[in-house]
Amino acid sequence: MMPPPVPPSAPANPASFTVIGMLWRWLLGFTFVARVRGLAMGTVSWGRALVTAVPFLWLILFFGLPFLVVLKISFSQAVIAQPPYTPLLTWAEDGIMVLRINFQNYLLLVQDSLYWMAYLNSVRIAAIATVACLLLGYPMAYAISKAKAELRVPLLMLIILPFWTSFLIRVYAWIGILKTNGLLNNVLIWLGLIDQPLPLLHTEFSVLVGIVYSYLPFMVLPLYATLSRMDESLLEAAADLGCRPGKAFLTITLPLSMPGVIAGSMLVFIPAVGEFVIPDLLGGPNTLMIGKVLWTEFFSNKDWPVASAVAVATLLLLVVPIVRFQKAQEESNKKAEELAR
Amino acid sequence: MPVAQGVRASQSLEAWQDPKARPIVQIENVTKAFGPHYAVDDVSLEVFQGEFFSLLGASGCGKTTLLRMLAGLETPDSGRIVIDGVDMTHVPPYRRPVNMMFQSYALFPHMTVEQNIAFGLRQEGATKPQIRERVAEMLRLVRLEPYAKRRPHQLSGGQRQRVALARSLAKHPRLLLLDEPLGALDKKLREHTQFELVNIQEQLGTTFIMVTHDQEEAMTMSTRIAVMDEGRILQIGSPSTIYEYPATRYVADFIGSVNLFDGRVTGEADGVLVIHCDEVGATMAIAHGEPLPAGAPVSVALRPEKMTVTDVKPESEFNVLRGVVSEIAYLGDVSIYHVALPNKTLVRVQLTNLARHTSSPLTWEQEVWLTWEPENGVVLQS
Repeated sequence: MMPPPVPPSAPANPASFTVIGMLWRWLLGFTFVARVRGLAMGTVSWGRALVTAVPFLWLILFFGLPFLVVLKISFSQAVIAQPPYTPLLTWAEDGIMVLRINFQNYLLLVQDSLYWMAYLNSVRIAAIATVACLLLGYPMAYAISKAKAELRVPLLMLIILPFWTSFLIRVYAWIGILKTNGLLNNVLIWLGLIDQPLPLLHTEFSVLVGIVYSYLPFMVLPLYATLSRMDESLLEAAADLGCRPGKAFLTITLPLSMPGVIAGSMLVFIPAVGEFVIPDLLGGPNTLMIGKVLWTEFFSNKDWPVASAVAVATLLLLVVPIVRFQKAQEESNKKAEELAR
Repeated sequence: MPVAQGVRASQSLEAWQDPKARPIVQIENVTKAFGPHYAVDDVSLEVFQGEFFSLLGASGCGKTTLLRMLAGLETPDSGRIVIDGVDMTHVPPYRRPVNMMFQSYALFPHMTVEQNIAFGLRQEGATKPQIRERVAEMLRLVRLEPYAKRRPHQLSGGQRQRVALARSLAKHPRLLLLDEPLGALDKKLREHTQFELVNIQEQLGTTFIMVTHDQEEAMTMSTRIAVMDEGRILQIGSPSTIYEYPATRYVADFIGSVNLFDGRVTGEADGVLVIHCDEVGATMAIAHGEPLPAGAPVSVALRPEKMTVTDVKPESEFNVLRGVVSEIAYLGDVSIYHVALPNKTLVRVQLTNLARHTSSPLTWEQEVWLTWEPENGVVLQS
């Protein structure tokens, strides 16, 4: 009998960013199933399986299992007890096991406008912050990638340097800068640009400043990685063919740096949607964000099931569009490949 | 009527020999330094319309820097570059009537073959039908019509090379620069592509300037070759001039193989110099155009195929070297012999295997005499 054919590896396409897609597929277990089947059929070696098992086990232990716990709680009811929710499975009389699944928490999310308003607002703020990070981060990453070789490492260090200080302290510092008689207002008054201090703190603006400030390195680093890998001779070829530098940037550099743009945007957008600390410290009573709602449900209302439902819904609402986006991208790549044949 | 000769048809008067011809490229005293190192050191040369000109040299000799200055990708520290009568020294690359084929091909990975070829035409604002027509013409020229919709990563090395060529020719440049155009191809494909490139060049009449480190490639394809070393041009000439009349030891050694003997001029008669080589203890008579004073230090260059080998001592007192066969390499069409002189110097001799014979006429450790005619040697000064 013929040995089973080894599946051809997907053609390497520099334009598609698949790391996050792979991560999600890992989460959803597609790769795991493929590996187990590969092991059974002898197309995947044990050594390779062991190496890939390490991150997979990590994800199961620290993401998969906790997520299942949260999922379980989201289907229970809140009670004043320890723990503060009802179990899903209970023993009734005569050895009958009762499974109680409570959809009330999810129904609440749909019925009460507070939740989806908070969610939409989070997505909106995260999107604005992502665009701002991109507009600020792209020139920074571009400048670093074009800097002299001996300057590049120090410049990258400056990008990473803020991580040496606690995230919380750095966000607190912005209160000092943005408050009514804070640094920024004082400077603006001293310059004579304003007479009255501007209400900067506890607004959506201050939340955006906080998010952009905190997540900028996550935009700059992947952008730098793609820009610094770019073949300089491509720009020379463009110039040689009569393309001015500005147009060469738009037709060559920008499209080729799209993997970095997508990676950076995901790295900023996804955590920014669920951000809690920044809106809590810098935001006002009107800045409604899903992370803050979740925190309130957990710690102020002590309603763990609703909080869990919020967490699950937020995750699904983020994952599903991203996976779909990945799929669409892969399919369009595949189509382009087929067209080429 | 022109007589076919090798790859190219020779013309009655070559452009560089015609005093009225106007050069398409004039490089005047161009110098370029990177830090303390002179990449190009006071180079001047002229290239004429329709030439296939090669810049030949070992890596780091400055040939690529010179080519990049013609493309506008580097600016000379001093000197002038005139293309088609216009001073281009400080004109940016996107305003030069010149296109370049890059060593790495530099194809745009996010564009199809078609889009790559059309890129230059789009920059000059050609209309869509014009672009379509020219792209089709270029695809035909390099025989890549079925691959128009492919991306560079879906092509083989040879196909990519042809896309790069088509892209650089799409704008019909007056001058095409080629940086090691065949460097990334395997040997067989390279030989085939050499002829193809020459055919395309003759078909279009475009002036080509090629950078290469491969002397065989330069010899096969070029009308003229400039041999470079350490940022300077050592010699410019047709392939046969460079081979038969090398100007310096470096050129003689770089192009083909050569045996070099150091000696001193002892006399001269009818344009033939008499040179005594103490080292090998022989007196040589070599034809040389100009007289040299007695005692002048010179080198005699002898190509391996320009000598004959006999096992009988010749009568002549000039141009005779005695030695012992130490190595024999049978290559089919020719055999290479290494003959050891009494002072242990090895001389390389190449003999054509005219007759089909079972055993070599010469054998190891056999005593032989090498002889040659005065016209077959070259006298090198310095």
